[in-house]
Amino acid sequence: MSIGHTLLGLLESGPRHGYDLKRAFDEKFGHDRPLHYGQVYSTMSRLLKNGLVEVDGIEAGDGPERKRYAITDAGVSDVALWLATPEKPEPYLQSTLYTKVVLALLTHRNAADLLDTQRSEHLRMMRILTDRKRNGDLADQLICDHALFHLEADLRWLELTAARLDKLAEAVTR
Amino acid sequence: MTHHPAGSLLAASGLRKTYGPTTALDGAEFSIHPGEVVAVMGPSGSGKSTLLHCLAGIVPPDAGSITYNGQEMAGLSDTQRSALRRSEFGFVFQFGQLVPELTCVENVALPLRLNGTGRKEAERTALAWMERLEVDDLGAKRPGEVSGGQGQRVAVARALVTGPRVLFADEPTGALDSLNGERVMELLTEAARSTNAAVVLVTHEARVAAYSDREIVVRDGKSRDMERAV
Ligand SMILES: Nc1ncnc2c1ncn2[C@@H]1O[C@H](COP(=O)(O)OP(=O)(O)OP(=O)(O)O)[C@@H](O)[C@H]1O
Ligand SMILES: [Mg+2]
Repeated sequence: MSIGHTLLGLLESGPRHGYDLKRAFDEKFGHDRPLHYGQVYSTMSRLLKNGLVEVDGIEAGDGPERKRYAITDAGVSDVALWLATPEKPEPYLQSTLYTKVVLALLTHRNAADLLDTQRSEHLRMMRILTDRKRNGDLADQLICDHALFHLEADLRWLELTAARLDKLAEAVTR
Repeated sequence: MTHHPAGSLLAASGLRKTYGPTTALDGAEFSIHPGEVVAVMGPSGSGKSTLLHCLAGIVPPDAGSITYNGQEMAGLSDTQRSALRRSEFGFVFQFGQLVPELTCVENVALPLRLNGTGRKEAERTALAWMERLEVDDLGAKRPGEVSGGQGQRVAVARALVTGPRVLFADEPTGALDSLNGERVMELLTEAARSTNAAVVLVTHEARVAAYSDREIVVRDGKSRDMERAV
């Protein structure tokens, strides 16, 4: 995720201090990974250098987090452009799972077992996410759903592969 | 060959069932504890529904043992088995389980009425369950007049109304979109947990299976307990 664009976007509703930006980021987006002050500082100085933000005031005391930042017109355009640009879909073509299945078949190990064990591992993670979703707020639900749909996609691939193992074995050992 | 895990409410071992030339179950094992939700997964045609039907005493296995509460099912008469089904088990299927001529509340109350409960009391209990499943406002409607998701919640209420100790659910969310399906799963597992009922949940959907405590996989009529396998 682009931290720069996210911080910039948070500034659009009004100027904020460095510490306030970090707090807003952590609260909204940082669920598992809060930002370090160092990250905020380096990101803000880059945005400053590129003219996307300006310093709007400095609180007494020192430390970069005491600077108050405001977004510039160029900054607003940059956020707009970022939001309007679709994210590149992940091609997901480099699959360790696929490699493992083929190697298992090549070495005459039990590929069906491997798939079952993987399903079980995926389900374990999905249970944790489902639990978190059940007890969480809407933000938790949306974030967990995103992860759950991805894990589900892996599992659908896994079921399909399990159903075609015989054919795959034939193809790879030929 | 009967070796059933200690403390299990419902357990089966060495289950075999053939339909003509087709082997539906080929030595399947199963066990579930009170309050546990176990997902039964596996490819289409692998024997999941057959396993559920055997466990519920709907279909007799050709071989193997099933015990409920420590009692061998094969030792029961047909009458005893259907009495057991009516009083201790609840069922939810994918479609078409509600009686179209009855209102929703009459549908939910039906299992109680069949067990001899008076109409007033049965409908009062039915409404309480419908409230838990967030469909108490549909009491007067007939199944044809409610949405698929609502109908499925009514069906879950009906399955739970007798306070079953085991709930059998075969693709209970199969006909629902994912938001509705998940809500049904949430309500179903919540209700089952609060009454300490065990749930046997056949599903091919991982997101639905994620509401279970553990899963078994059925393949070619054989079961694999993933908890013990890992
Ligand atoms: N009443 C029946 N008569 C004949 N064959 C049957 C009967 N019931 C099941 N079978 C066969 O037994 C096998 C297992 O069927 P079962 O319904 O248990 O599969 P399943 O795992 O539930 O599949 P699905 O995911 O498609 O529902 C299949 O080959 C099926 O055709
Ligand atoms: Mg089935």
